[in-house]
Amino acid sequence: MSGNMTAPVRGGRKTNWKDVVFSPRYGGLATLLLVLLATPLFIEGLYQFDIAILVLINATVVIALNLLVGYAGQVSLGHAAFFGLGGYATAVLTTRYDWPSLLALAAGVVLVAAIAAVMARPILRLKGYYLAMATLGLGMIIYLIITQETWLTGGPDGMSVGALEVFGYTVFDELVWYWILAGLLLVMYWLAVNIVESPVGRALRALHGSEIAADNSGVNVTHYKTLVFVLSAGVAALMGGLYAFYSGFIAPNTAGFMHSIELVVMVVLGGMASLVGSIVGAALLTILPQYLVVFSEYEWLVYGLILMLMMIFMPRGFVPTLHGLIRRVLG
Amino acid sequence: MLKKLLPVVALSAALIGIPGQGVADDDPIRIGSFLSVSGPASYLGDPQRKTLELFIERINENGGVLGRELEWQYYDDAGAANEARTFARRLIAQDRSDIVIGGTTTGATMAAAELFQRQQVPFISLAGAVVVVEPVKEWVFKTPETDRMAARQVFADMQQRGISKIGLISGTGGFGASGREQAHKVADEFGIEIVMDETYSPDDSDMTAQLTRIRGNDEVEAIFNFDFGQAPAIVTRNYADLGIELPLYQSHGVASEGYLDLAGSAAEGVRLPVSPILVAELLPDSDPQKAPAMEYLEAYRAEYGEKPSAFGGYSYDALMLAVDAIERAGSTDPQAVRDALEATSDFQGVTGTFNMGPDDHMGLDIESSFRMVEIKDGTWSLLDQ
Amino acid sequence: MAEFLQFLVTGITIGCTFALVALGFCLVYNASHVINFAQGDFVMVGGMSAVFIMSSGVPMWLALVLAVLIGGALGALLYKGGIQPAKNADAIQLIIITVGAALFIRGVAHVIWGTGYFSMPGFTGDTPIRFLGVVMVPQSLWVIGVTVGIVTALALFFTRTRLGKAVLATSYNRDAAKLMGIDTGMILVLSFGLAGLLGAVAGVIMTPITFTNYEIGVMLGLKGFVASVLGGLGSFVGAVAGGLILGLTEAMMAGYISSDYKDAVAFVLILLILFFMPSGLFGQRGVERV
Repeated sequence: MSGNMTAPVRGGRKTNWKDVVFSPRYGGLATLLLVLLATPLFIEGLYQFDIAILVLINATVVIALNLLVGYAGQVSLGHAAFFGLGGYATAVLTTRYDWPSLLALAAGVVLVAAIAAVMARPILRLKGYYLAMATLGLGMIIYLIITQETWLTGGPDGMSVGALEVFGYTVFDELVWYWILAGLLLVMYWLAVNIVESPVGRALRALHGSEIAADNSGVNVTHYKTLVFVLSAGVAALMGGLYAFYSGFIAPNTAGFMHSIELVVMVVLGGMASLVGSIVGAALLTILPQYLVVFSEYEWLVYGLILMLMMIFMPRGFVPTLHGLIRRVLG
Repeated sequence: MLKKLLPVVALSAALIGIPGQGVADDDPIRIGSFLSVSGPASYLGDPQRKTLELFIERINENGGVLGRELEWQYYDDAGAANEARTFARRLIAQDRSDIVIGGTTTGATMAAAELFQRQQVPFISLAGAVVVVEPVKEWVFKTPETDRMAARQVFADMQQRGISKIGLISGTGGFGASGREQAHKVADEFGIEIVMDETYSPDDSDMTAQLTRIRGNDEVEAIFNFDFGQAPAIVTRNYADLGIELPLYQSHGVASEGYLDLAGSAAEGVRLPVSPILVAELLPDSDPQKAPAMEYLEAYRAEYGEKPSAFGGYSYDALMLAVDAIERAGSTDPQAVRDALEATSDFQGVTGTFNMGPDDHMGLDIESSFRMVEIKDGTWSLLDQ
Repeated sequence: MAEFLQFLVTGITIGCTFALVALGFCLVYNASHVINFAQGDFVMVGGMSAVFIMSSGVPMWLALVLAVLIGGALGALLYKGGIQPAKNADAIQLIIITVGAALFIRGVAHVIWGTGYFSMPGFTGDTPIRFLGVVMVPQSLWVIGVTVGIVTALALFFTRTRLGKAVLATSYNRDAAKLMGIDTGMILVLSFGLAGLLGAVAGVIMTPITFTNYEIGVMLGLKGFVASVLGGLGSFVGAVAGGLILGLTEAMMAGYISSDYKDAVAFVLILLILFFMPSGLFGQRGVERV
């Protein structure tokens, strides 16, 4: 399933223009850059920028998650907890202990990465649904701690967060936020392309295929799985922290089960093992509910129906399906 | 190439919906709402939606406000604070609401509050917790009684009956957790000691274990359940099944017909503070809340075939307060409306009498907003105070 | 002692409801290797249908039967409308289809029945039974009894009937079953239908105790999933054991220690069990299915 679309431009074969255009490294990155640069020209106001910013945050998280789910084949149903924990760590450290913004952000990432590193070994030993269950369990424990420790986190009602301050400059303006997060998305995308096309990446894809085969070929399976798990958790924590700063408020449902499911759906809907797909999936699922509000009470009914139909008719995900279609047309 | 792209750009701009500009005097007055119509707080949010829908329509049938029609836009935040924040932005920036009524839960309200402050749009919240108006935020108002007031009202009644040691049982959701905190804060004022303090998750389907624990403590003289939704009805049933003889108190969070239906005969003898709207028919004609409450009750019942709850009443008051403020301000100028809201005095709502001021953005007192009731023969009966 | 017995009875009653949901997961998993996130919503549909059919004047027992049949039809419909058209999709895509289906069912329930909570009277009254200092409502006995009955019936079905054995064969190896002349398509419809039926049964027997609401399936689905994985996916004994363990942990935690972290303790327990028994308590070892 991770086959043709993400195939790197191989050295041995003669590369034609189509390979370059459709390669994630060149075509993908260039398109992403263009879209990110152009978007501010077409949107305006608090709300439209808010949606754009949420798309950027989700896309960055989903790319990292896709490395774990799409490439390494390890489903995580607790990823929102890493996002939420990153957010809460930043929120608590800056508002209750007066830490500087960046230090708090870093502390959140380190905390989550450490938890992920410690838990990686026992959790990643599990397979399939058992793995999903273990990540769900870990996520729920984090979520429950966040809701219970009211003195620290404000409990179920959430807590306010101060603005992001970087070297004496307070980031308030939506446009500034947009550029910061767009930059981060580009970096994440670049990083992911490099990981995917590196020997590590090939090892990861081997994992998704068959673990035993990967093991036999001398790939250190456990090591790479752990690495990707920690990376994706850390990225989620970073984005969670930035989200807390940006929105000025954080509530437990950002760490909840439904949010975890939503992140996985973004991965699958966009296309497993497709980095561009992750961005499209994140954008689709962030923007879609905003349009569905016209259905009023029928909103969730329609949302569920769209989810079902998309998976039935595009099981490989939005981008790989589209990609396959275009390739076929171009011959 | 560029020519080909143009329609695409135009289409996407249309899809994103770049709003038109310019506000004329005969434009409608835009009221925006974000409510928890679905999700765990739909119990509160759904009647709020029904109320606003019905009464905005009625106001328009009667000629609108300042001769202008009311235009209502609402979004369902499904009880999620981050969704609420996005919808609040949408109401302010996209829909250009003149005033916003909403925020069914405290989380949703607090997530959006800072935005209204920054963008200077008047906002009337429907959330219960004290933090909404303490400290006072210039642009944020609220209509529901606070959970602190409810706790005080309950403790005052206990004190009168000579109860001094109680067992508290509350849900870990937003409403219950905040209520629990306030109960602990004000218990001292009434010489009440909370000797047992139990909790349950909002989704739990059996609280027998927690109640058994409370029963096991001989010191406990009464039980106080602070929560909303279906869980208090389960607590009430478990309490009756266990045959506990101690008096049981509930909070204003169960003040709806739904609680009576679910708890059934188990609720006999339960005491709780309720909004006047719940006992509108029992109030003496001299009661200042009688007239507005009856008007609301009859209109709501005629439309939806059911009695309204206190939660719907909060949104009714919010709407009427907004209309009153806009009329007094003579325009929808945000600053003028805000100032008029803050200057609200002696306004008879269905939740109580509102007297706002620069340091009080709720403006309710315990006397006018809470009536202590006991459940007798399956319905509310007023306790003499 | 009386306290302990009280917590035990409470835990077993809650545990039985979780077990019934877990059994539904188990049925679908065995037939299709799909985790059906709409299982909790079958429970909701069962309870809500029973309440509303009764309120229209239909006698209780007939209403219960109709509600259960509606659940079964819904299960079969989910397969026909959502799973079968997706043909060769992987497990994760199928799971997302069930997530979509769950949202859809919930959305329809919201539109039809609104957001209120509903109850119905216990099958045989609501007068609590007191015994050895333990209090229980008669409906608890129904919950426990029906669970035992269903487990027995399922066991008989899978070991004694041709159809049951065909279902098992399909779950072990669909292609081989097909070669042996088993109509695997029919088996899948049957399994989903049974899961819907089972969910609806859980819904109608627990509504008198726990009430029902259009969103009640979210929590039940989660707990049922937890219970079925805890016991070992695909194992009927495991599903029941998982449900009971979950229910008892909750009741004992709430009774003896504190309720604040009772749900968290359940999840810690699950992590520990999985760390030492990577396929759950009764799951088949060494078989990679996903």
